[in-house]
Amino acid sequence: MSSSVLIVGGRPYGQDVTDILVLDGEIVAIGATAASDSRAADAETVDAAGLVVLPGLVDLHTHLREPGREDAETVETGSAAAALGGYTAVFAMPNTDPTADTAGVVEQVFRLGEQAGLVDVHPIGAVTVGRKGERLAELGAMATSAAQVRVFSDDGDCVADPLLMRRALEYVKAFGGVIAQHAQEPRLTQGAQMHEGEVSARLGLTGWPAVAEEAIIARDALLAEHVGSRLHVCHLSTAGSVEVVAAAKRRGTDVTAEVTPHHLLLTDERAEGYDPVFKVNPPLRTQADIEVLRAALASGVIDIVATDHAPHASQDKETEWDNASPGMLGLQTALSVVIATMVEPGLLDWRGVARVMSEAPARIGGLTGQGRPIAAGEPANLVLVDPTARWTVRGADLASLSRNTPYEGMELPGRVVATYLRGRRTASVGLPVGAVAATAVGTAAGTGV
Amino acid sequence: MTTIQDVPRPVRPAAAARPVAPTLPRHLLSAGDLSRAGAELILDTAERIDQAIAGREVRKLPTLRGRTVVNLFFEDSTRTRISFELAAKRLSADVINFSAKGSSVSKGESLKDTAWTLQAMGADAVVCRHSASGAPQQLSAWVDGHVVNAGDGTHEHPTQALLDAFTLRRHLGALDGRRIVVVGDVLHSRVARSNVLLLSTLGARVTLVAPPTLVPVGVDAWPADVSYDLDAALTGADAVMMLRVQRERMSGSFFPTAREYSRGYGLDERRRALLLPHSIVMHPGPMNRGMEITPGVADGANSVIVEQVANGVTVRMAVLYLLLSGEMNGGM
Repeated sequence: MSSSVLIVGGRPYGQDVTDILVLDGEIVAIGATAASDSRAADAETVDAAGLVVLPGLVDLHTHLREPGREDAETVETGSAAAALGGYTAVFAMPNTDPTADTAGVVEQVFRLGEQAGLVDVHPIGAVTVGRKGERLAELGAMATSAAQVRVFSDDGDCVADPLLMRRALEYVKAFGGVIAQHAQEPRLTQGAQMHEGEVSARLGLTGWPAVAEEAIIARDALLAEHVGSRLHVCHLSTAGSVEVVAAAKRRGTDVTAEVTPHHLLLTDERAEGYDPVFKVNPPLRTQADIEVLRAALASGVIDIVATDHAPHASQDKETEWDNASPGMLGLQTALSVVIATMVEPGLLDWRGVARVMSEAPARIGGLTGQGRPIAAGEPANLVLVDPTARWTVRGADLASLSRNTPYEGMELPGRVVATYLRGRRTASVGLPVGAVAATAVGTAAGTGV
Repeated sequence: MTTIQDVPRPVRPAAAARPVAPTLPRHLLSAGDLSRAGAELILDTAERIDQAIAGREVRKLPTLRGRTVVNLFFEDSTRTRISFELAAKRLSADVINFSAKGSSVSKGESLKDTAWTLQAMGADAVVCRHSASGAPQQLSAWVDGHVVNAGDGTHEHPTQALLDAFTLRRHLGALDGRRIVVVGDVLHSRVARSNVLLLSTLGARVTLVAPPTLVPVGVDAWPADVSYDLDAALTGADAVMMLRVQRERMSGSFFPTAREYSRGYGLDERRRALLLPHSIVMHPGPMNRGMEITPGVADGANSVIVEQVANGVTVRMAVLYLLLSGEMNGGM
């Protein structure tokens, strides 16, 4: 593959048509001069007519399942799914086996990401040893490891002990870390299976009340304010949580929040068939919540979209609802769902998409080489999107090892045509390019382009 | 958002094709799936079965000869299992009891594998009891046979509601406008959910009485009234149905003590006397005598608790007959 690429006729941020010249991983020229630049002479030319160009997407919340559950996903297969979804960086949650709570494990995940070479894989470190919520893990050792961990989370479980949460918030200030809290009051959600409301009452499934999320966010925002630290709220799912975060931001608290694509689109009524593919934590909420979440993402109260991509082996999903593992795939459908729920209704333009899916998550995660402007001198982390394409989701066609997509059979708008990680193409789907108009991504380093 | 409004909803297997009788669903998973005509067909058929058997020396009908009914019980329930077993045997079906205590996960076999096993054995009907809500509905997507929900988690127990309606009809006649009070642990009760749906379909007015901790959030959408005052609810009611309250609910702080629960929500002779003279006292069993009901009331003149058990067999015969005979020639 040539080290220079000339992307012709694309629309950065959906705005004016222009050309982009990429050389050795960097954008070296943009605009009218790019094509006539002498360095474009032997560049591979990509026809991007009609395509929107965005900075490579950054996912602050991904489960790659390795080490421990390589039957559900590996760093490599998850990286492939990410690249095909338009991502150039993902943050891998630490609820693996063993837990990513030491420098050794986070370095292992980091190295596996480098080997796969399809996206930058940044491990998230566990806040507490074994994610048990009892004592702090060696946060400093993870921060100074080769993985340079800056985001810490016990995701899947809440750091419920208020004193431990306070200590964690304080401690990570030393190295500019952030605690990403899975906000779920454990006592209020014992045995909880789905959103507590009319549907749970009818289905006889134990309710997961909105207040169990909102109470923890309120507590943590006050703690972060008190100790002058930084809080990130994972997968915020209720209208009440939006109010709590908005209030904290008005007070000047350094709090950021994410919403998942599925919480922007799907409601608790999906549980009606008892198909555990719709079981997720936090659970799918109501249409009223969805409306508030969308508005909050548009206004900036919610800072980012994060996938909470959670692959599960079929035996963990094709079982009784109570026994099924919570979580759903998200990497390859996230952009399409954001287009459907935010762009098409006019709540967000492409600049906004770049902000919530690339720039802001990179900033929260402390990445300097991701989420950058599409401009000369910047790293060539780019995604080309066909905004008019529509596609039908088939779990069997996704790169993930698992099949638990909640969008099976659904037609979604917008299609990732190509993804570039520092100038190297990591995914392409029907891309009109000189020779290599192949499909998808290969496997390990290099072959996938 | 026109783009995603047309997304397919999850298919409820209950609504699947091939209805067995014009008015009945293919599977009996929820009392809410029964139309008024469908429910009345089951109750009328139960009456006819009862009459057909009455006075016979051999209390058995040849109707389901050669058909296989599997009792798939993931949760212990001797009462319900023998009721279904007797019902199937009285219809001359072959009955297999497949007891799989605990969840299928703890057994190491998935619900789906179990379903495929039953499918391979050619079960014509699967009577499923499970501690997980929705398990019979999931099962119905994986087997060709008719699935009958014999109680799933805290969801539903539709044949219990049918036998209750059958019992109520026998004593009260048509249920239109009748006031039925259901008392107890509504939150965790599959009996309450099925009865609310079925009795309201049949025209009755249902009042739920429980401490607020044992009423689900979201109950407002149910076709029932909710009251915390048992005396007021009982006054002038046509029937009262007491639900079993498990003593372990105390450890969940749903109420302070068994004694306090009994004072507020137990049925004793004083409270029974608030009911209309023709009223009946019901309990799905097993009872906690002295907790939700005093022995005097349980065994009293208005009590139909033993009759409910007998009616259970008859109603389950009607359900199996209607579901399975739709594919057969001939009737009773």
